[in-house]
Amino acid sequence: MLNLDLSILSWDIIGRFVAKGFVFSIQLTLVAMTGGIVFGTLLALMRLSGRKWLDAPAAIYVNGMRSIPLVMVILWFFLLIPFLIGRSIGAELSAIITFVAFESAYYSEIMRAGIQSVSRGQVYAAQAVGMTYGQTMRLVVLPQAFRNMLPVLLTQTIILFQDTSLVYAIGAYDLLKGFEQVGKNYGRPIEAYLLAAVVYFVICFSLSQLVKRLQAKIAIIR
Amino acid sequence: MTYHWEWQVFLSDDGSGRSYLEWLFSAWGWTLSVAACAWVIALAFGSVIGTLRTAPNRALQGVGDAWVELFRNIPLLVQLFLWYHVVPAVFPAFKGLPAFMLVVFALGFFTSARIAEQVRAGIQSLPRGQRLAGQALGLTMAQTYRYVILPMAFRIVIPPLTSEAMNIIKNSSVAFAVSIAEMTMFAMQAQEETSRGIEIYLAVTGLYIVSAFSVNRVMAFIEARVRVPGYIGGGK
Repeated sequence: MLNLDLSILSWDIIGRFVAKGFVFSIQLTLVAMTGGIVFGTLLALMRLSGRKWLDAPAAIYVNGMRSIPLVMVILWFFLLIPFLIGRSIGAELSAIITFVAFESAYYSEIMRAGIQSVSRGQVYAAQAVGMTYGQTMRLVVLPQAFRNMLPVLLTQTIILFQDTSLVYAIGAYDLLKGFEQVGKNYGRPIEAYLLAAVVYFVICFSLSQLVKRLQAKIAIIR
Repeated sequence: MTYHWEWQVFLSDDGSGRSYLEWLFSAWGWTLSVAACAWVIALAFGSVIGTLRTAPNRALQGVGDAWVELFRNIPLLVQLFLWYHVVPAVFPAFKGLPAFMLVVFALGFFTSARIAEQVRAGIQSLPRGQRLAGQALGLTMAQTYRYVILPMAFRIVIPPLTSEAMNIIKNSSVAFAVSIAEMTMFAMQAQEETSRGIEIYLAVTGLYIVSAFSVNRVMAFIEARVRVPGYIGGGK
């Protein structure tokens, strides 16, 4: 049977190897969420604009991103960015750019559904009081779309947080990498991987419970 | 900026007597094998667990819920490492298993949780009258599921299952982390050896898209074949 040695579970070791990776994973998640929602909303507006020259490129981008494995997208950016700008930018920054670009595609599908969930009458009412397209979107449609889709956006963020572990492919130093280093340096890979799983589980499970509660709350108000 | 394409890289020798093109196709085969084997596990376990979660028995529901939460809240890559590094150390029965099987388990069980969610949603979307009608006819609970509920529920969940089947192809790319010779592994190694990353990645990306699209067509075919006239999406 297995003899677990949890001596690696000390503040000293965690602080030295895991904290740095944890901070990066959270940073990556937050930046990709913010950037993804902003660019995703723009992509959604392009797709719903009714103008072919806006709709078509956005559709190609979104469907293209969604049909390629994330690991390949990470590798692509890691290869192409130095090729295009002529110098290397490091795995961490490359990962951040990749995730913003990749998550935009997924968030845009959510925002598109959200915008479509706002009833037509809202748009007509805004136009009737003389609002421009920009005002209608900014003041009437997007706030409602955003609120309707809040649980889905947050669920996507939990998935995003799990997916950040894939930066393993380019060697960026994230939460998983931190635990892996602990396992390597102290000869305790089994305990290190188990701890990594526990940490990811606790974070994702509690966040998903929070989202569930939020969903119930929003459903009542509507 | 003009890029100097060098597609003939695929015809060059990889150092072991085969061309990169041959290696690419062998890697494609590994990707499809991993995805197909994992799909069998995912579908089997996902259906059972999804059904359990609708069972009129608290304990069974609990087992189903725990299963889904466990496999859904840990990143696939971490689960893969658990199967690869931890499971063989804890359960001696898994010791001699090839890495391929461990990847299949990891991907299969990860996907089973998502399929279980779809199956549960499919079953719960059926009107309550279906279950009651089955029982009014004197069917046991098992028979009600077998002859009344599941045949309809599975037809309802085909569209979400289609996207899960496409996901499993994409997710099989994590197998690179335990050195399975699938397409992502090929992309990383061939890029390093040849320095023709753009050509290599384009080919691999293209094959991923072709694979996912083919899966999509196969599922659409199945969906059309099992259609029940007059029911959900049944058409004429």
